[in-house]
Amino acid sequence: MALSLEEVRRIATLARLRLLPEEEVRLAGELSAILDYVRQLEELDVSGVEPMTHALAPGETPFRDDEVRPGLSPEEALSNAPAREGTCFQVPRIIE
Amino acid sequence: MSATPLLERTLTDLAAALSRREVSSEEATRAALSRIEATDGRLGAFLRVSPEPALEAARASDARRARGEATSPLDGVPLALKDIFLTRGVETTAGSRILAGFIPPFDATVVERLRGAGAVLVGKLNMDEFAMGSSTENSAFGPCRNPWDLTRTPGGSSGGSAAAVAARQVFGAFGTDTGGSIRQPASLCGVVGVKPTYGRVSRYGVVAFASSLDQVGPLGRTVADAATLLGAVAGHDPRDQTSSTRPVPDYLAGLEGGARGLRIGVPREWFQGGTEAGVERRVREALAAFEAMGARLVDVELPHSRYGVAAYYLVAPAEASSNLARYDGVRFGLRSQARALADMYGETRDAGFGAEAKRRIMLGTYALSAGYHDAYYLKAQKVRTLVRRDFDRAFERCDVVAGPVSPTVAFALGEKIDDPLQMYLADVYTISCNLAALPGLSVPAGLHPGNGLPVGLQLVGRPFDESTMLRAARALERELGPSPAPEAIG
Repeated sequence: MALSLEEVRRIATLARLRLLPEEEVRLAGELSAILDYVRQLEELDVSGVEPMTHALAPGETPFRDDEVRPGLSPEEALSNAPAREGTCFQVPRIIE
Repeated sequence: MSATPLLERTLTDLAAALSRREVSSEEATRAALSRIEATDGRLGAFLRVSPEPALEAARASDARRARGEATSPLDGVPLALKDIFLTRGVETTAGSRILAGFIPPFDATVVERLRGAGAVLVGKLNMDEFAMGSSTENSAFGPCRNPWDLTRTPGGSSGGSAAAVAARQVFGAFGTDTGGSIRQPASLCGVVGVKPTYGRVSRYGVVAFASSLDQVGPLGRTVADAATLLGAVAGHDPRDQTSSTRPVPDYLAGLEGGARGLRIGVPREWFQGGTEAGVERRVREALAAFEAMGARLVDVELPHSRYGVAAYYLVAPAEASSNLARYDGVRFGLRSQARALADMYGETRDAGFGAEAKRRIMLGTYALSAGYHDAYYLKAQKVRTLVRRDFDRAFERCDVVAGPVSPTVAFALGEKIDDPLQMYLADVYTISCNLAALPGLSVPAGLHPGNGLPVGLQLVGRPFDESTMLRAARALERELGPSPAPEAIG
């Protein structure tokens, strides 16, 4: 299954990746080859099979009580911020 | 210069020597640090070494020991961690440029438990970026090499962990395994690597790749070493919603129980010519050794395991594309200086992620996108159910399943890096175990008859029955002896 360059660009936009033109070309080829391989799943009839949405049996991991617990302090949470202002993460302007 | 006699001790021997006070933690830690200093320029197992904090922890351990207050068998033992575990105050990158300079404000639960047990953490180990890869060549900070042959990869993604243990730089290490990332490098470096049942070890504070598949596990020189390390970190953690509340057995208790009476399942599908002859020979000899020890070999079938790689390369990238959405330049990590928000996201992610991470983000985004979700992700999740049912059926007739870990011995640097699909197929025997959420391990099964490189045997157990597969692995190890020290690293 060949993935078009246009489709690669559409996915890159969804994934918030700004690819270089040569990356787009390379990925179109590589992703097409991987999707071709993955197509072998089409041989399998899975009608009536439940998807494995949880890796563990029900009851294996009970919910904990919903109570307030100490977490990171604002200073700790901001300690790796590329840019900050006061106790906020600073980001580029969103509204012109 | 080869490793000193102190470094040739197993973790279990060192722990005993520490408790008899024949050797101090400071001596063991200094020996490990010197060994790293002498060898790691050639090996590349470490991304970061922390000599001062390590020596401080060692002296604290010696002081506890002198007061008779040692807290565990790991007290004072030098270990190292794959750079995927968050370590408070110590840079953690997951092998990615996008996290260069990231200083976690907290410890992963595994790290907290190891510190609580008194372990000396000497540094952070090399890995494929975000644990995506089977050779450690996808590290943004340069590849790690195999201590048996420096022109070859150690496997991956926990390649640094396996190489450091094999090269006698540390007495044990931790890694993560999403599709084989502990077992395959363990096999290629001749050490023991254990991937516990999904939910057995907390993933809190472990950089996420594919959350329904990721599991933390130990790498050690012997089965007993790995069992000791596993026991120190296993068990419920309220901070990880997928961590099981089951009690943790004493993994050392039944370890010497032998193989007599064990039913070892041999899946037909794992012996159909896909494995290099020298590797298959050692695997078959290991099975024969089990039989000679009184175990019974039972033919089993895993008809859906051949679909494992295909299902995995939908599920894992889909989950990865979601998990890696957090690297957007806002709260931590790299940020491009673009003036518009959308440009900042796009440029940050293009500059910060390497080729394999981008490939998987793209594949996962595609598999989850409108119109494709049911055909790809949902279908793959149903195939997971079929893979698990195969194992459930096999375990009606056997106690552990055995086969190869990797179809080949360690391959050359550069050999597969330009062909993603070939690299993915390196995990053809290990992936089903993750899809089915089962425990698995790699134990040395001797050296390849032609090139003398290590070969591992894979054992897969029933859910939460790590003990039986560890006992079987120990029986084989007693028969064959642990892997010798690799000579290439000196």
